[in-house]
Amino acid sequence: MSMPFGYASPEQIMRDRAEYARKGIARGRSVVVMQYADGILFVAPNPSKALHKISEIYDRIGFAAVGRYNEFESLRLAGIRYADINGYTFNRNDVTGRGLANLYAQQLGMIFTESIKSLEVEIVVAEVGESQSDDQIYRLTFDGSVFDEQGMAVIGGQAEAVAGRLKERYRDNLPLPEALEAALVALTEPGGERPPTTQIEVAVLDRGREHRKFLRLAGPRLEKLLETAKSETPPDKPAAEDVSLPEPPTAPDGDIDTGSAE
Amino acid sequence: MNNLFTYTGSSSFTEFLGAYAPDLLPSRAQTPAVPVGDQIPHATTIVAATCAGGVVMAGDRRATSGNIISQRDIEKVFRTDDYSCMGIAGTASTGIEMARLYRVELEHYEKTEGRSLSTEGKANRLATMIRGNLAMAMQGLVVVPLFAAYDPAVDGGRIFGYDVGGGPYEQRNYHSIGSGSIFARGSLKKLYRENASPEDTVMACLNALYDAADDDSATGGPDVTRKIWPMISVITADGYRRLPDDEIAELVQAVIAVRMEAPDGPIAPLR
Repeated sequence: MSMPFGYASPEQIMRDRAEYARKGIARGRSVVVMQYADGILFVAPNPSKALHKISEIYDRIGFAAVGRYNEFESLRLAGIRYADINGYTFNRNDVTGRGLANLYAQQLGMIFTESIKSLEVEIVVAEVGESQSDDQIYRLTFDGSVFDEQGMAVIGGQAEAVAGRLKERYRDNLPLPEALEAALVALTEPGGERPPTTQIEVAVLDRGREHRKFLRLAGPRLEKLLETAKSETPPDKPAAEDVSLPEPPTAPDGDIDTGSAE
Repeated sequence: MNNLFTYTGSSSFTEFLGAYAPDLLPSRAQTPAVPVGDQIPHATTIVAATCAGGVVMAGDRRATSGNIISQRDIEKVFRTDDYSCMGIAGTASTGIEMARLYRVELEHYEKTEGRSLSTEGKANRLATMIRGNLAMAMQGLVVVPLFAAYDPAVDGGRIFGYDVGGGPYEQRNYHSIGSGSIFARGSLKKLYRENASPEDTVMACLNALYDAADDDSATGGPDVTRKIWPMISVITADGYRRLPDDEIAELVQAVIAVRMEAPDGPIAPLR
Protein backbone atom coordinates (compact mmCIF):
# COMPACT_ATOMS: atom_id res chain seq x y z
CA MET A 1 0.00 0.00 0.00
CA SER A 2 1.39 3.35 -0.89
CA MET A 3 1.33 6.05 1.72
CA PRO A 4 -0.04 9.48 0.81
CA PHE A 5 2.60 12.13 0.41
CA GLY A 6 3.57 13.72 3.72
CA TYR A 7 2.28 10.86 5.84
CA ALA A 8 3.80 10.38 9.26
CA SER A 9 2.84 7.59 11.61
CA PRO A 10 1.27 8.57 14.97
CA GLU A 11 4.26 7.06 16.75
CA GLN A 12 6.58 9.24 14.72
CA ILE A 13 4.50 12.36 15.42
CA MET A 14 4.49 11.71 19.15
CA ARG A 15 8.19 10.99 19.19
CA ASP A 16 8.93 14.18 17.30
CA ARG A 17 6.80 16.25 19.63
CA ALA A 18 8.40 14.73 22.69
CA GLU A 19 11.85 15.29 21.21
CA TYR A 20 11.00 18.91 20.47
CA ALA A 21 9.68 19.55 23.97
CA ARG A 22 12.58 17.80 25.66
CA LYS A 23 15.09 19.89 23.76
CA GLY A 24 13.34 23.11 24.75
CA ILE A 25 13.23 22.15 28.42
CA ALA A 26 16.86 21.03 28.58
CA ARG A 27 18.01 24.40 27.25
CA GLY A 28 17.43 26.32 30.52
CA ARG A 29 18.82 25.94 34.01
CA SER A 30 17.54 23.38 36.48
CA VAL A 31 15.20 24.03 39.38
CA VAL A 32 15.43 22.09 42.64
CA VAL A 33 12.48 21.34 44.90
CA MET A 34 13.25 19.43 48.09
CA GLN A 35 11.97 18.70 51.56
CA TYR A 36 13.75 20.16 54.57
CA ALA A 37 13.04 19.90 58.29
CA ASP A 38 10.24 22.51 58.37
CA GLY A 39 8.75 22.19 54.94
CA ILE A 40 9.66 22.37 51.28
CA LEU A 41 12.44 24.39 49.70
CA PHE A 42 12.49 25.74 46.12
CA VAL A 43 15.75 26.91 44.55
CA ALA A 44 16.17 28.24 41.01
CA PRO A 45 19.02 30.11 39.38
CA ASN A 46 17.20 33.04 37.82
CA PRO A 47 18.80 36.27 36.63
CA SER A 48 15.43 38.03 36.53
CA LYS A 49 13.88 39.45 39.68
CA ALA A 50 10.51 39.99 38.04
CA LEU A 51 9.93 36.87 36.00
CA HIS A 52 9.60 34.16 38.58
CA LYS A 53 10.12 30.45 38.13
CA ILE A 54 8.79 29.75 41.61
CA SER A 55 5.54 31.01 43.00
CA GLU A 56 2.69 30.62 45.40
CA ILE A 57 -0.51 28.93 44.31
CA TYR A 58 -2.40 28.64 47.57
CA ASP A 59 -2.01 28.48 51.35
CA ARG A 60 0.02 25.26 51.34
CA ILE A 61 0.84 24.87 47.66
CA GLY A 62 3.83 26.11 45.70
CA PHE A 63 4.70 25.92 42.03
CA ALA A 64 8.01 25.69 40.19
CA ALA A 65 8.53 25.51 36.46
CA VAL A 66 11.15 25.43 33.73
CA GLY A 67 10.86 25.92 30.02
CA ARG A 68 9.06 28.62 28.07
CA TYR A 69 8.02 31.47 30.32
CA ASN A 70 4.76 32.36 28.57
CA GLU A 71 3.63 28.74 28.66
CA PHE A 72 4.26 28.01 32.31
CA GLU A 73 3.02 31.46 33.30
CA SER A 74 -0.39 30.65 31.86
CA LEU A 75 -0.34 27.33 33.71
CA ARG A 76 0.53 29.17 36.91
CA LEU A 77 -2.32 31.65 36.50
CA ALA A 78 -4.76 28.83 35.78
CA GLY A 79 -3.58 27.06 38.92
CA ILE A 80 -4.17 30.16 41.01
CA ARG A 81 -7.66 30.55 39.55
CA TYR A 82 -8.43 26.89 40.17
CA ALA A 83 -7.23 27.06 43.77
CA ASP A 84 -8.95 30.34 44.58
CA ILE A 85 -12.24 29.21 43.04
CA ASN A 86 -12.20 25.93 44.93
CA GLY A 87 -11.15 27.50 48.20
CA TYR A 88 -13.90 30.07 47.87
CA THR A 89 -16.57 27.57 46.80
CA PHE A 90 -15.82 25.05 49.53
CA ASN A 91 -13.25 25.76 52.18
CA ARG A 92 -9.61 26.74 52.18
CA ASN A 93 -8.62 23.24 53.39
CA ASP A 94 -10.33 21.68 50.40
CA VAL A 95 -7.68 22.86 47.95
CA THR A 96 -5.12 20.11 47.49
CA GLY A 97 -1.89 19.68 45.59
CA ARG A 98 -3.20 16.43 44.18
CA GLY A 99 -6.23 18.13 42.66
CA LEU A 100 -4.04 20.76 41.11
CA ALA A 101 -1.57 18.20 39.77
CA ASN A 102 -4.45 16.34 38.14
CA LEU A 103 -5.74 19.50 36.55
CA TYR A 104 -2.32 20.26 35.10
CA ALA A 105 -1.90 16.67 33.96
CA GLN A 106 -5.17 16.83 32.04
CA GLN A 107 -4.29 20.10 30.38
CA LEU A 108 -0.72 19.08 29.51
CA GLY A 109 -1.86 15.71 28.21
CA MET A 110 -4.57 17.28 26.10
CA ILE A 111 -2.24 19.80 24.55
CA PHE A 112 0.39 17.14 23.93
CA THR A 113 -1.97 14.94 21.95
CA GLU A 114 -4.11 17.56 20.26
CA SER A 115 -1.87 20.49 19.41
CA ILE A 116 0.81 20.67 16.79
CA LYS A 117 3.32 21.74 19.39
CA SER A 118 3.36 20.42 22.95
CA LEU A 119 4.14 22.77 25.81
CA GLU A 120 7.86 23.08 26.43
CA VAL A 121 7.54 23.02 30.19
CA GLU A 122 8.16 20.82 33.15
CA ILE A 123 6.55 21.75 36.44
CA VAL A 124 6.49 20.83 40.09
CA VAL A 125 3.48 21.18 42.34
CA ALA A 126 4.43 20.87 46.01
CA GLU A 127 2.18 20.85 49.01
CA VAL A 128 3.38 21.17 52.57
CA GLY A 129 1.49 19.07 55.13
CA GLU A 130 1.16 18.96 58.89
CA SER A 131 4.25 16.79 59.17
CA GLN A 132 7.06 15.73 56.89
CA SER A 133 5.29 12.53 55.93
CA ASP A 134 2.29 14.55 54.70
CA ASP A 135 4.37 16.65 52.32
CA GLN A 136 3.78 16.01 48.65
CA ILE A 137 5.89 16.79 45.64
CA TYR A 138 4.43 16.14 42.18
CA ARG A 139 6.49 16.49 39.06
CA LEU A 140 4.65 16.90 35.77
CA THR A 141 6.18 16.57 32.34
CA PHE A 142 5.14 18.13 29.03
CA ASP A 143 3.09 15.06 28.03
CA GLY A 144 0.95 15.13 31.16
CA SER A 145 2.70 12.36 33.08
CA VAL A 146 2.60 12.82 36.84
CA PHE A 147 5.37 11.59 39.12
CA ASP A 148 4.84 11.45 42.87
CA GLU A 149 8.36 12.33 44.02
CA GLN A 150 9.85 11.36 47.36
CA GLY A 151 11.88 14.02 49.11
CA MET A 152 13.18 15.90 46.09
CA ALA A 153 12.62 16.73 42.46
CA VAL A 154 14.83 18.33 39.85
CA ILE A 155 13.43 19.72 36.62
CA GLY A 156 14.93 21.30 33.54
CA GLY A 157 18.46 21.79 32.29
CA GLN A 158 20.83 18.96 33.13
CA ALA A 159 18.26 17.45 35.46
CA GLU A 160 19.93 14.06 35.76
CA ALA A 161 23.31 15.42 36.72
CA VAL A 162 21.82 17.87 39.21
CA ALA A 163 19.65 15.18 40.78
CA GLY A 164 22.71 12.97 41.12
CA ARG A 165 24.63 15.68 42.96
CA LEU A 166 21.62 16.49 45.13
CA LYS A 167 21.15 12.86 46.14
CA GLU A 168 24.69 12.77 47.49
CA ARG A 169 23.87 15.45 50.01
CA TYR A 170 20.19 14.95 50.60
CA ARG A 171 19.05 13.64 53.97
CA ASP A 172 15.70 13.66 55.69
CA ASN A 173 15.12 16.57 58.07
CA LEU A 174 17.93 18.80 56.84
CA PRO A 175 17.81 22.22 58.50
CA LEU A 176 17.06 25.05 56.06
CA PRO A 177 20.61 26.44 55.66
CA GLU A 178 22.00 22.99 54.96
CA ALA A 179 19.22 22.14 52.56
CA LEU A 180 19.86 25.38 50.70
CA GLU A 181 23.56 24.63 50.58
CA ALA A 182 22.86 21.15 49.23
CA ALA A 183 20.59 22.57 46.54
CA LEU A 184 23.15 25.17 45.48
CA VAL A 185 25.95 22.64 45.34
CA ALA A 186 23.74 20.42 43.22
CA LEU A 187 22.90 23.30 40.90
CA THR A 188 26.55 24.22 40.42
CA GLU A 189 28.52 22.15 37.97
CA PRO A 190 31.65 20.62 39.51
CA GLY A 191 34.36 23.24 39.17
CA GLY A 192 31.80 25.78 38.04
CA GLU A 193 31.04 29.07 39.69
CA ARG A 194 28.05 29.51 41.91
CA PRO A 195 25.54 32.13 40.74
CA PRO A 196 25.61 35.37 42.80
CA THR A 197 22.95 35.80 45.51
CA THR A 198 21.05 38.27 43.36
CA GLN A 199 20.60 35.64 40.68
CA ILE A 200 19.11 32.90 42.79
CA GLU A 201 15.41 32.62 43.39
CA VAL A 202 14.63 30.94 46.69
CA ALA A 203 11.31 30.26 48.38
CA VAL A 204 9.97 27.95 51.06
CA LEU A 205 6.68 26.44 52.10
CA ASP A 206 7.20 26.69 55.83
CA ARG A 207 4.97 24.45 57.95
CA GLY A 208 5.41 26.76 60.91
CA ARG A 209 3.88 29.82 59.26
CA GLU A 210 0.33 30.88 59.93
CA HIS A 211 -2.22 31.24 57.13
CA ARG A 212 -0.10 31.23 53.98
CA LYS A 213 2.94 28.97 54.17
CA PHE A 214 4.72 30.29 51.10
CA LEU A 215 7.57 32.69 51.70
CA ARG A 216 10.04 34.16 49.25
CA LEU A 217 13.57 34.49 50.59
CA ALA A 218 15.50 37.36 49.07
CA GLY A 219 17.83 40.23 49.90
CA PRO A 220 19.40 40.40 53.38
CA ARG A 221 17.41 37.42 54.64
CA LEU A 222 18.76 35.16 51.92
CA GLU A 223 22.31 36.44 52.35
CA LYS A 224 22.18 35.73 56.05
CA LEU A 225 20.89 32.24 55.38
CA LEU A 226 23.68 31.58 52.88
CA GLU A 227 26.27 32.75 55.38
CA THR A 228 24.98 30.38 58.05
CA ALA A 229 24.99 27.65 55.47
CA LYS A 230 28.64 28.32 54.60
CA SER A 231 29.81 28.45 58.21
CA GLU A 232 27.96 25.29 59.16
CA THR A 233 28.86 23.11 56.23
CA PRO A 234 32.38 21.75 55.91
CA PRO A 235 34.23 22.87 52.77
CA ASP A 236 33.44 20.91 49.66
CA LYS A 237 35.05 17.56 49.70
CA PRO A 238 36.22 16.51 46.26
CA ALA A 239 33.25 14.97 44.55
CA ALA A 240 33.51 11.24 44.33
CA GLU A 241 33.66 10.61 40.62
CA ASP A 242 32.51 7.07 40.20
CA VAL A 243 29.76 6.65 42.72
CA SER A 244 27.12 4.66 40.93
CA LEU A 245 23.77 6.09 41.79
CA PRO A 246 20.36 4.67 41.21
CA GLU A 247 18.69 6.26 38.20
CA PRO A 248 17.74 9.78 39.38
CA PRO A 249 14.20 10.98 38.78
CA THR A 250 14.19 13.13 35.68
CA ALA A 251 12.20 13.76 32.57
CA PRO A 252 11.39 10.52 30.84
CA ASP A 253 13.89 9.85 28.13
CA GLY A 254 13.57 7.50 25.25
CA ASP A 255 10.12 6.62 24.10
CA ILE A 256 7.22 8.13 25.90
CA ASP A 257 4.18 6.18 26.82
CA THR A 258 1.82 6.72 23.93
CA GLY A 259 -0.83 4.56 25.48
CA SER A 260 -0.50 1.84 22.87
CA ALA A 261 1.04 -1.45 23.85
CA GLU A 262 3.76 -2.50 21.49
CA MET B 1 -12.88 24.07 33.24
CA ASN B 2 -11.18 25.34 30.12
CA ASN B 3 -11.99 28.87 31.15
CA LEU B 4 -9.38 28.48 33.89
CA PHE B 5 -6.65 28.33 31.28
CA THR B 6 -7.99 30.73 28.68
CA TYR B 7 -9.31 33.58 30.81
CA THR B 8 -7.41 36.74 29.97
CA GLY B 9 -9.25 39.31 32.08
CA SER B 10 -7.85 41.46 34.86
CA SER B 11 -6.19 40.28 38.04
CA SER B 12 -9.42 40.68 39.97
CA PHE B 13 -10.83 37.49 41.44
CA THR B 14 -14.31 39.01 41.73
CA GLU B 15 -14.37 39.71 38.00
CA PHE B 16 -13.21 36.21 37.21
CA LEU B 17 -15.83 34.77 39.56
CA GLY B 18 -18.47 36.88 37.80
CA ALA B 19 -17.48 35.29 34.48
CA TYR B 20 -16.88 31.76 35.75
CA ALA B 21 -19.49 31.19 38.45
CA PRO B 22 -21.63 34.31 38.91
CA ASP B 23 -23.96 32.52 41.34
CA LEU B 24 -21.10 32.39 43.86
CA LEU B 25 -20.95 36.19 44.17
CA PRO B 26 -22.40 37.55 47.42
CA SER B 27 -24.78 39.83 45.51
CA ARG B 28 -27.95 38.14 44.37
CA ALA B 29 -29.63 38.40 40.99
CA GLN B 30 -33.11 38.68 42.49
CA THR B 31 -33.95 41.08 45.26
CA PRO B 32 -36.59 40.09 47.81
CA ALA B 33 -40.01 41.69 47.16
CA VAL B 34 -40.38 42.92 50.71
CA PRO B 35 -37.76 44.17 53.12
CA VAL B 36 -36.41 41.23 55.13
CA GLY B 37 -33.77 43.04 57.14
CA ASP B 38 -35.46 42.52 60.51
CA GLN B 39 -35.60 38.75 60.19
CA ILE B 40 -31.94 38.24 59.39
CA PRO B 41 -29.17 38.48 61.98
CA HIS B 42 -27.39 41.78 62.08
CA ALA B 43 -23.87 42.44 63.19
CA THR B 44 -23.37 45.53 65.25
CA THR B 45 -20.57 47.77 66.46
CA ILE B 46 -17.00 47.98 65.12
CA VAL B 47 -14.44 50.63 66.09
CA ALA B 48 -11.04 51.38 64.61
CA ALA B 49 -8.36 53.85 65.66
CA THR B 50 -4.85 54.57 64.47
CA CYS B 51 -1.94 54.21 66.88
CA ALA B 52 1.79 54.81 66.73
CA GLY B 53 2.97 52.84 63.70
CA GLY B 54 -0.29 51.08 63.00
CA VAL B 55 -3.99 50.70 63.55
CA VAL B 56 -6.32 48.91 65.98
CA MET B 57 -9.73 47.45 65.13
CA ALA B 58 -12.16 46.05 67.68
CA GLY B 59 -15.66 44.65 67.50
CA ASP B 60 -18.26 43.41 69.94
CA ARG B 61 -19.56 39.85 69.64
CA ARG B 62 -23.31 40.25 69.36
CA ALA B 63 -25.64 39.57 66.42
CA THR B 64 -29.31 40.48 66.64
CA SER B 65 -32.48 39.73 64.65
CA GLY B 66 -34.95 42.41 65.58
CA ASN B 67 -35.17 42.28 69.36
CA ILE B 68 -33.64 38.81 69.64
CA ILE B 69 -29.97 38.16 70.31
CA SER B 70 -29.22 35.60 67.62
CA GLN B 71 -25.58 34.95 68.47
CA ARG B 72 -23.42 35.92 71.43
CA ASP B 73 -20.00 35.13 70.06
CA ILE B 74 -20.05 36.11 66.41
CA GLU B 75 -16.75 37.30 64.94
CA LYS B 76 -17.02 40.43 62.85
CA VAL B 77 -13.43 41.51 62.37
CA PHE B 78 -11.67 39.65 59.57
CA ARG B 79 -8.04 39.47 58.64
CA THR B 80 -7.97 40.21 54.92
CA ASP B 81 -4.21 40.00 54.35
CA ASP B 82 -0.99 40.47 56.32
CA TYR B 83 -1.50 44.22 56.60
CA SER B 84 -5.21 44.80 56.53
CA CYS B 85 -8.47 43.81 58.11
CA MET B 86 -12.14 44.63 57.79
CA GLY B 87 -15.05 44.75 60.18
CA ILE B 88 -18.67 44.37 59.16
CA ALA B 89 -21.90 45.87 60.40
CA GLY B 90 -25.36 45.10 59.06
CA THR B 91 -26.57 41.81 57.57
CA ALA B 92 -24.17 39.27 59.03
CA SER B 93 -24.48 36.57 56.37
CA THR B 94 -23.77 38.87 53.43
CA GLY B 95 -21.04 40.59 55.38
CA ILE B 96 -19.24 37.34 56.19
CA GLU B 97 -19.47 36.23 52.58
CA MET B 98 -18.13 39.56 51.43
CA ALA B 99 -15.21 39.36 53.83
CA ARG B 100 -14.38 35.89 52.53
CA LEU B 101 -14.51 37.04 48.92
CA TYR B 102 -12.52 40.15 49.72
CA ARG B 103 -9.72 38.15 51.27
CA VAL B 104 -9.46 36.00 48.14
CA GLU B 105 -9.60 39.15 46.02
CA LEU B 106 -6.54 40.63 47.74
CA GLU B 107 -4.62 37.36 47.66
CA HIS B 108 -5.51 36.68 44.06
CA TYR B 109 -4.09 40.00 42.96
CA GLU B 110 -0.99 39.47 45.04
CA LYS B 111 -0.33 36.04 43.60
CA THR B 112 -1.02 36.85 39.98
CA GLU B 113 0.79 40.19 39.91
CA GLY B 114 3.55 39.33 42.35
CA ARG B 115 2.94 42.44 44.45
CA SER B 116 0.37 43.61 46.97
CA LEU B 117 -2.35 46.07 46.05
CA SER B 118 -1.75 49.62 47.26
CA THR B 119 -3.79 50.61 50.30
CA GLU B 120 -5.98 52.86 48.15
CA GLY B 121 -6.41 50.01 45.68
CA LYS B 122 -7.60 47.73 48.46
CA ALA B 123 -10.04 50.36 49.74
CA ASN B 124 -11.41 50.89 46.21
CA ARG B 125 -12.00 47.19 45.61
CA LEU B 126 -14.08 47.00 48.77
CA ALA B 127 -16.12 50.00 47.61
CA THR B 128 -16.98 48.21 44.36
CA MET B 129 -18.14 45.20 46.31
CA ILE B 130 -20.43 47.27 48.53
CA ARG B 131 -21.82 49.16 45.56
CA GLY B 132 -22.87 45.84 44.02
CA ASN B 133 -25.00 45.18 47.08
CA LEU B 134 -27.04 48.41 46.83
CA ALA B 135 -30.22 46.76 45.52
CA MET B 136 -30.15 44.34 48.44
CA ALA B 137 -29.46 47.17 50.86
CA MET B 138 -32.64 48.84 49.67
CA GLN B 139 -34.51 45.72 50.80
CA GLY B 140 -33.01 45.84 54.24
CA LEU B 141 -29.94 43.68 53.64
CA VAL B 142 -27.52 46.49 54.37
CA VAL B 143 -23.83 45.73 54.78
CA VAL B 144 -21.40 48.46 55.74
CA PRO B 145 -17.75 47.55 56.25
CA LEU B 146 -14.92 49.34 57.97
CA PHE B 147 -11.50 48.86 56.47
CA ALA B 148 -8.20 49.37 58.28
CA ALA B 149 -4.70 48.80 56.98
CA TYR B 150 -1.08 49.42 57.76
CA ASP B 151 0.29 51.45 54.86
CA PRO B 152 4.05 51.00 54.38
CA ALA B 153 4.11 54.17 52.24
CA VAL B 154 3.24 56.34 55.26
CA ASP B 155 4.46 53.88 57.92
CA GLY B 156 1.21 54.12 59.79
CA GLY B 157 -2.37 52.98 59.97
CA ARG B 158 -5.18 54.15 57.71
CA ILE B 159 -8.92 53.78 58.14
CA PHE B 160 -11.58 53.80 55.43
CA GLY B 161 -15.33 54.08 55.97
CA TYR B 162 -18.16 53.26 53.55
CA ASP B 163 -21.86 53.81 53.15
CA VAL B 164 -24.45 51.57 51.47
CA GLY B 165 -23.62 53.12 48.09
CA GLY B 166 -19.91 52.37 48.34
CA GLY B 167 -17.12 54.80 49.14
CA PRO B 168 -14.41 54.81 50.30
CA TYR B 169 -14.15 57.71 52.71
CA GLU B 170 -10.78 57.91 54.37
CA GLN B 171 -11.14 58.71 58.08
CA ARG B 172 -8.72 60.59 60.23
CA ASN B 173 -7.60 58.93 63.46
CA TYR B 174 -10.68 56.88 64.32
CA HIS B 175 -14.05 55.72 63.07
CA SER B 176 -16.88 53.41 64.05
CA ILE B 177 -19.75 51.67 62.30
CA GLY B 178 -22.89 49.81 63.32
CA SER B 179 -25.83 50.46 65.58
CA GLY B 180 -23.71 51.50 68.56
CA SER B 181 -21.35 53.59 66.47
CA ILE B 182 -22.69 56.95 67.65
CA PHE B 183 -21.92 56.15 71.26
CA ALA B 184 -18.63 54.49 70.43
CA ARG B 185 -17.51 57.48 68.39
CA GLY B 186 -18.46 59.91 71.14
CA SER B 187 -16.42 57.85 73.57
CA LEU B 188 -13.43 57.54 71.23
CA LYS B 189 -13.52 61.28 70.58
CA LYS B 190 -12.68 61.87 74.23
CA LEU B 191 -10.36 58.92 74.80
CA TYR B 192 -8.36 58.87 71.57
CA ARG B 193 -4.78 60.14 71.77
CA GLU B 194 -2.83 60.73 68.61
CA ASN B 195 0.27 58.53 68.32
CA ALA B 196 -0.57 56.60 71.47
CA SER B 197 0.97 53.15 71.85
CA PRO B 198 -1.01 50.22 70.44
CA GLU B 199 -1.73 49.10 74.04
CA ASP B 200 -3.28 52.44 74.97
CA THR B 201 -5.27 52.57 71.76
CA VAL B 202 -6.61 49.08 72.47
CA MET B 203 -7.80 50.35 75.87
CA ALA B 204 -9.51 53.33 74.23
CA CYS B 205 -11.28 51.00 71.78
CA LEU B 206 -12.38 48.65 74.56
CA ASN B 207 -13.82 51.59 76.46
CA ALA B 208 -15.59 52.82 73.34
CA LEU B 209 -17.19 49.38 72.86
CA TYR B 210 -18.18 49.31 76.52
CA ASP B 211 -19.84 52.71 76.15
CA ALA B 212 -21.62 51.53 72.99
CA ALA B 213 -22.92 48.43 74.78
CA ASP B 214 -23.95 50.65 77.66
CA ASP B 215 -26.35 52.71 75.53
CA ASP B 216 -27.17 50.52 72.51
CA SER B 217 -29.22 47.37 73.06
CA ALA B 218 -27.83 45.66 69.94
CA THR B 219 -24.20 45.94 71.03
CA GLY B 220 -22.91 43.29 73.40
CA GLY B 221 -20.74 44.18 76.35
CA PRO B 222 -18.06 41.83 77.70
CA ASP B 223 -19.80 38.63 78.80
CA VAL B 224 -18.05 37.90 82.10
CA THR B 225 -19.94 34.72 82.97
CA ARG B 226 -19.43 33.08 79.57
CA LYS B 227 -16.01 34.63 79.10
CA ILE B 228 -16.84 36.10 75.71
CA TRP B 229 -14.66 39.12 75.05
CA PRO B 230 -14.61 41.68 72.25
CA MET B 231 -12.41 40.83 69.30
CA ILE B 232 -9.32 42.97 68.86
CA SER B 233 -6.86 43.16 65.98
CA VAL B 234 -3.69 45.19 65.85
CA ILE B 235 -1.87 45.81 62.57
CA THR B 236 1.64 47.25 62.52
CA ALA B 237 4.71 46.92 60.32
CA ASP B 238 5.06 43.42 61.83
CA GLY B 239 1.75 42.41 60.29
CA TYR B 240 -1.72 41.51 61.46
CA ARG B 241 -2.15 40.20 64.98
CA ARG B 242 -5.35 39.11 66.63
CA LEU B 243 -5.00 39.45 70.38
CA PRO B 244 -5.46 36.10 72.12
CA ASP B 245 -8.46 35.71 74.44
CA ASP B 246 -6.47 35.56 77.67
CA GLU B 247 -4.75 38.83 76.82
CA ILE B 248 -8.08 40.50 76.09
CA ALA B 249 -9.57 39.04 79.28
CA GLU B 250 -6.96 40.89 81.33
CA LEU B 251 -7.63 44.17 79.55
CA VAL B 252 -11.38 43.77 79.93
CA GLN B 253 -10.99 43.07 83.65
CA ALA B 254 -9.06 46.32 83.92
CA VAL B 255 -11.86 48.20 82.14
CA ILE B 256 -14.48 46.60 84.39
CA ALA B 257 -12.44 47.39 87.51
CA VAL B 258 -12.51 51.09 86.60
CA ARG B 259 -16.22 50.95 85.83
CA MET B 260 -16.95 49.38 89.21
CA GLU B 261 -15.80 52.66 90.75
CA ALA B 262 -16.97 54.99 87.99
CA PRO B 263 -19.75 53.38 85.91
CA ASP B 264 -19.36 55.95 83.12
CA GLY B 265 -15.70 55.15 82.70
CA PRO B 266 -12.62 57.35 82.42
CA ILE B 267 -13.12 61.10 82.35
CA ALA B 268 -11.27 63.25 79.82
CA PRO B 269 -9.61 66.37 81.26
CA LEU B 270 -11.61 69.58 80.74
CA ARG B 271 -8.66 71.75 79.94
